[in-house]
Amino acid sequence: MERGQLIRAMESILGTEGVVHEREQLRSYECDGLMNYRVIPDLVVLPETAEHVQRIVRTCYEEGIPFVARGSGTGLSGGALPVESGVLIVLSRMRKILEVDIPNQRIVVEPGVINIWVSQEVAGEGYYYAPDPASQIVSSIGGNLAENSGGVHCLKYGFTTNHVMGAEVVLADGSIVHIGGGKAPDAPGYELLGALVGSEGTLGIATKITLRLLRKPEAVRTLLAAFEDTEAAGDAVSAIIGGGIVPAAIEMMDALCIEAVETAVHPGFPEAEAILIVELDGPEAEAEDQFQRTIEACEEANASEIRIAEDDAERALFWKGRKAAFAAMGRISNDYYVQDSVVPRTELGAVLKRINQLGEEYGMRVANVFHAGDGNLHPLVLYDNDNPGEAEKAEKLAGDIVLTCLEHGGSLTGEHGIGEDKKKYMPKMFTDDDMATMQLLRCAFDPHNLCNPGKIFPTPRLCGERPGPFRMHPVQKAGLAENF
Amino acid sequence: MTEQDRPDPRQSGNRYDATSAAERRDDQSGTTREQAMAGAIGAGNPQDVGQSTFAATTDSLQHTMGKDRPESGSYTFPAFDSHHPPEKDLIDDCVHCGFCLPTCPTYVLFGEEMDSPRGRIYLMNKGLTEEPMNDTMVRHWDLCLGCMACVTACPSGVQYDKLIEATRAQVERRYERRADDKAFREMIFQLFPYRSRLRLAAGPLRLYQRFGIGDKLKKAGVMSRLPARMRAMEALMPKLQKEEKIPEHTSPTGERRRRVGVLTGCVQQVFFSQVNSATVRVLAAEGCEVVAPKSQGCCGALSTHAGREEESLNFARKTIDTFERENLDNVIVNAAGCGSTMKEYAYLLRDDPEYAERAKRFSAKVKDVSEFLQEIGTVAERHPLPVAAAYHDACHLAHQQGVRQQPRKTLKQIPGMEVKEITEAEVCCGSAGIYNMVEPEPAAELGERKAKNVLKTGAQMIVTSNPGCMLQIQASLKKMGREIPMAHPAEVLDASIRGEPVETLLDGRGLQG
Repeated sequence: MERGQLIRAMESILGTEGVVHEREQLRSYECDGLMNYRVIPDLVVLPETAEHVQRIVRTCYEEGIPFVARGSGTGLSGGALPVESGVLIVLSRMRKILEVDIPNQRIVVEPGVINIWVSQEVAGEGYYYAPDPASQIVSSIGGNLAENSGGVHCLKYGFTTNHVMGAEVVLADGSIVHIGGGKAPDAPGYELLGALVGSEGTLGIATKITLRLLRKPEAVRTLLAAFEDTEAAGDAVSAIIGGGIVPAAIEMMDALCIEAVETAVHPGFPEAEAILIVELDGPEAEAEDQFQRTIEACEEANASEIRIAEDDAERALFWKGRKAAFAAMGRISNDYYVQDSVVPRTELGAVLKRINQLGEEYGMRVANVFHAGDGNLHPLVLYDNDNPGEAEKAEKLAGDIVLTCLEHGGSLTGEHGIGEDKKKYMPKMFTDDDMATMQLLRCAFDPHNLCNPGKIFPTPRLCGERPGPFRMHPVQKAGLAENF
Repeated sequence: MTEQDRPDPRQSGNRYDATSAAERRDDQSGTTREQAMAGAIGAGNPQDVGQSTFAATTDSLQHTMGKDRPESGSYTFPAFDSHHPPEKDLIDDCVHCGFCLPTCPTYVLFGEEMDSPRGRIYLMNKGLTEEPMNDTMVRHWDLCLGCMACVTACPSGVQYDKLIEATRAQVERRYERRADDKAFREMIFQLFPYRSRLRLAAGPLRLYQRFGIGDKLKKAGVMSRLPARMRAMEALMPKLQKEEKIPEHTSPTGERRRRVGVLTGCVQQVFFSQVNSATVRVLAAEGCEVVAPKSQGCCGALSTHAGREEESLNFARKTIDTFERENLDNVIVNAAGCGSTMKEYAYLLRDDPEYAERAKRFSAKVKDVSEFLQEIGTVAERHPLPVAAAYHDACHLAHQQGVRQQPRKTLKQIPGMEVKEITEAEVCCGSAGIYNMVEPEPAAELGERKAKNVLKTGAQMIVTSNPGCMLQIQASLKKMGREIPMAHPAEVLDASIRGEPVETLLDGRGLQG
């Protein structure tokens, strides 16, 4: 199909106001929250209903045109990076909350609904939606589902995958299927929901998502502890969790990070090499007891200062500082490159030490802000894109950091996803057979490799050799094999 | 421009300081976690940012993305020339995190990237080297309301205000608007900044006929948006009330604490002269000797925000000349848009050897009336006004000048006064200078949205610090068949100081129009 024809076909589905096709406009969609990779899509479409999505996908399927779904475009791994000659399906106009079902602790939303809207919708009833990525004020539920987003409170409450109960999904061929449970908490058959959540848009496009709601905890206690080095802070983390406490959150920030957020939102953090923010919640008595033990653990790890949030306002201030961390990096650096590796908690100290060494070796600044409780690191390599060669150097340093984490038994990503950015590291973590098994699943959903092709896996195989319009595999052409 | 010359929002007192946000609201609903989140983008509460699941109607979308937007076919490459293009290093501050999206009125309406702050910045960046100045680029910059909610929201401190102003000046110089568009804008700028012309033309039909615009523009184009624009303008125009004369000199009550000038403005004086007289009375009651120079004219805010660079600089120079002579401690402004521009003179006139230093001194003296009153502290006695008022943040006061607490405090110092907060306080009402006249469709939707949120507060009256917001909200309410009395904080304070009964604020105070 010619581009002009495709535009008209899409306009017949969405009207002229739902199709972006002028070059200059398309440029604003060439990257998501990660600016390192840029591809201008052929076309951007803005569906408003599941039926729109279905018709768009069906058109793409019939014409062999690859497509990528995008929510608010805040992802940090290039998961919503467009593909060349492909269609970008932007779901930001599908933002209706469809059903609130408090007695069954569930809510049904469209994918473009913003994470925090969900909590706000049910706040009056004493409920909330637990996953709270730092971008929760702007990132969409659809994007959260695709990336299996975490957030500062996922140590205790789990990731998005623990809170999605079901989804209506448009598959690559345009069929609509329902995955997961309805009102009942459990569904028989394969646990496809687990595969869908975190599939980074490669298995289909969710058009309706049922989420689990939690009752707000009775009590919340928050403290901020300052340390003279990151290792001491790491020790405190180990001591707290080793003591049998599962805090709602333990977050660590280093000196560079503290500097950035101080400039941006002035939370009044103490000057220190590292700070921890620890939050405990639950029934009053339990939270209080664990809180005292947490304070003791911090003291034993030689905390130079411990601040206890006296009221909600002070607690809000602690979190404000933490949540603005990434975005505030613009205050101390033109560009940054963020990683999302996970290491076993026990390796935290050693890994942080090595990251510092690497920074020194490269002569570059690395800021650290991370979910210390589950060892999910977010090292931010600071650089200036205008200095020739610095971006490449930053990427290389970031790569070395990832490899360091893997050497310590870690994982590539905690919550940002693999996307475009980290796919080259997949073979470092998985064997060919491991990845082939994952791809079997992908091919079962998307045999023609149309659905967000080129992401997650370094080299597509089995169901297509490369991203772009569908081309028949040479082996198929020869009649030797069929698509999965 | 070097790093040193550039006024740093982190240093400048004019800017919004995110720390105060959490303290701003009394009715802090939502959990602490949600508030923290909102705080990260400068809002006091998640309720302050774009809430709803409401996208723009097709009619409005047709004028942005759709086919109904007339185009001129103008093309220049690259988009910007070397005279103050949007600065590359300011553009580079943007890390594309997207935290600006939920407070951007056009993103809230349209849900697309080009009509978001980071999208517009992206297009500016491309316009520096890779893309032309053409209809497509200009439409997305034109659609920006310039409300600067994104400046508040941005954790990286991107100075979008400077970027969009630079861009708009380039658009006005390098982009050839369609004849009808050009004529309509010209008409606005030949009219609004001039009191005498505005007075003559205030009756909308008289205006329409007087300039023979209808006929002229019929000739100009086929797909004209003129009818919609004229309708919007007519709907906004309030009936002229008897204009209250402002004395050139007013003596302070009691001991003189300050000598201040008052900007009486163009639109404010013609349509809301009662706000000016209230401002003068309040200042005098608080011990200020008040000077309102007769020779003053428009401060240039409308022109500045529309990118009419030369015109705006001339207005700025004249305003400086006028007030400089008077040897004042402060220059007091009661219109948000004017105040923000006058605080910006130092930046606007940075290239002018004769005025640069003078502008710096002048801008340092400029204060919004509530800001000033909170600074000098109160001496006059407040009499009770038992009324529940919704306070509406004017964008150019809240986002651009960082003045949020002061007007609220001013109101709360009045015994019996209850201040109600409006949901989506961060989101613009759609007035935005000339925006509701040149982009009537999205402006009307934002106005209706704001009006609905105002009604939800259940307040008996609306208080806001900008004439444009008053006109816009009132017009939107009227369209919905509702009317709520409106007042400027200075008027409320004036009534309290003079011991007027609360009824004077409530009765017949909807803008007759």
